[in-house]
Amino acid sequence: MNDTVQALTEKARRLRVDIVKTLHRSRSGHTGGSLSAIDMITALYFHKMRHRPEEPSWPDRDRFVLCKGHAAPAQYVALAEAGYFPKEDLMTLRRLGSHLQGHPDSKVTPGVEVCTGSLGQGLSMANGMAMALKLDGRASRVYALLGDGELQEGQVWEAAMAAPHYRLDNLCALVDCNGLQIDGEVAKVMNVAPVADKFRAFGWHVLEIDGHDMAAVLQALDRAETLTGAPTVVVARTVKGKGVAFFENKASYHGVTPSDEELPRALECLGCFEDCEKIVD
Amino acid sequence: MSTMIATRDAYGEVLAELGAENADVVVLDADLSGSTKTAVFARKFPERFFNMGIAEANMIGTAAGLAAAGKIPFASTFAIFAVGRAWEQMRQSVAYPKANVKIVATHSGVTVGEDGGSHQSVEDIAITRAVPNMTVIVPADGEETKQAIRAAAAYKGPVYVRLGRNKVPTIFGNDYRFTIGKGVQLREGTDLTFVATGLMTAQALAAAEELAKGGISARVVHLATIKPLDEEIIVAAARETGAIVTAEEHSIVGGLGGAVAECLGERFPAPLVRVGIKDRFGTSGKAEELLEYFGLMPEDLVVAAREVLARK
Ligand SMILES: Cc1ncc(C[n+]2csc(CCOP(=O)(O)OP(=O)(O)O)c2C)c(N)n1
Ligand SMILES: [Mg+2]
Repeated sequence: MNDTVQALTEKARRLRVDIVKTLHRSRSGHTGGSLSAIDMITALYFHKMRHRPEEPSWPDRDRFVLCKGHAAPAQYVALAEAGYFPKEDLMTLRRLGSHLQGHPDSKVTPGVEVCTGSLGQGLSMANGMAMALKLDGRASRVYALLGDGELQEGQVWEAAMAAPHYRLDNLCALVDCNGLQIDGEVAKVMNVAPVADKFRAFGWHVLEIDGHDMAAVLQALDRAETLTGAPTVVVARTVKGKGVAFFENKASYHGVTPSDEELPRALECLGCFEDCEKIVD
Repeated sequence: MSTMIATRDAYGEVLAELGAENADVVVLDADLSGSTKTAVFARKFPERFFNMGIAEANMIGTAAGLAAAGKIPFASTFAIFAVGRAWEQMRQSVAYPKANVKIVATHSGVTVGEDGGSHQSVEDIAITRAVPNMTVIVPADGEETKQAIRAAAAYKGPVYVRLGRNKVPTIFGNDYRFTIGKGVQLREGTDLTFVATGLMTAQALAAAEELAKGGISARVVHLATIKPLDEEIIVAAARETGAIVTAEEHSIVGGLGGAVAECLGERFPAPLVRVGIKDRFGTSGKAEELLEYFGLMPEDLVVAAREVLARK
């Protein structure tokens, strides 16, 4: 277990480097929420989920829905690392003609299950997948990653009501509780607390963890698999911009990408001392 | 050289002015106040600004309640969410009771750019225009935006105003007078008429200039109000120039092109070409690249003009 945790922690660090480089190149996209989500995404793609990069539509795969679609760079770096497409493609993010659209687009990106980006719609689609998998008698599980600001959307709570109603214990939602949204602190813009209690009241199994503690993430995902009769939500405390000191806990880095000047400092924070002259062009 | 200003910046400015002039003006946003520029109002009048969080349907419903209790609410977010997520709230809670709600949406069309197709609203004119009691306004520049927002505040009833993300050239001087429901002729012409709205009006003026070099005289009519439609200016253009090209940063289905086609079909059938997004979703890219990609450049309008002239 310890080795696994260490290896995944290291992988998440390298994926953070990929996120920073990708967003520096695209000069447009969402930095903070990609960095807060990447530990959970790493645990899912490189440990928990059964999936086949060489066969993206393998019927028995586990499904992942990035409800907070603006964190697409975090999913894209994981998909590239897993082998769904070449890593070089990351440098085309958000460009005209790229298969890596600003928000996840299942029409063009292998490994992306549905289109997200409009907040609040993802969990409903995850429910639908979980219902279909049950109908088909498949053992596959569905994972849905939401933002804490996203919880303000009414549709999230319609879906939160439906999932226990249909006893979707093959569904695991994860909430990236980084405490920030675009206009500032979630608690000040439109309070969603107490998140765990709300889901409990809706009939979910609830697990609360530190979303950057890889051992805790793995433990929660394992535990979720054993909980039956209702879906499980992992309420993860996270830090927006995690890993790059000067991005951390700043709402202003929600939709801002690393500048030429910030790139080497950001990479240094991630223990990466590459020659940035080559990267900055 | 004309100055460049984004219509959303003009909105932020005029909203703050209105706030000072009228204590009944209240503003709602859905976690995008920095982008929609309602933050300018929020800083000046924090007690009359309500951030509703990422909950657009609730925002529009709340605006309807504020209006029912005598306030003049302006509710803002990106066009895709204002009209998309909250369409039925707009229909049932705002338009049906004829509530005095102003829905002012920014980041419309493909010039949203890199965020991609999920965020590029190309059907909002069509789906607001289809709702009874709605007034739909698509200003071309900063000056017209300010006047349209003032007109919307003065008008009693639901209004949808469609604004953009990027800087656009200023077309109107401060001698211009915007009136809800009235189109304006910006250039005289005899061979055909461009009927344009929003940022496409500047493109139409450039296309008319280009056509003039080849001896083709194109009239340019700017229609900021899509509904109620200024049918007289359209019918006159068809009668006097014999051919129409519509231009909008929106789907050719149901928007300005659709409205003009309905009008001409019933009142004065004439050759028509609709320039706009050809029943497709948007995609990621830079705003300027996307205008080219989707055929919304002056060159494209020139091609459309030649096509419509050939059918005369
Ligand atoms: C329906 C909808 N409304 C508004 C937006 C614009 N938007 C993009 S990200 C964001 C804030 C998201 O906050 P949160 O869910 O907490 O995400 P995170 O902090 O993880 O980035 C908003 C308002 C959107 N994408 N969808
Ligand atoms: Mg957040």
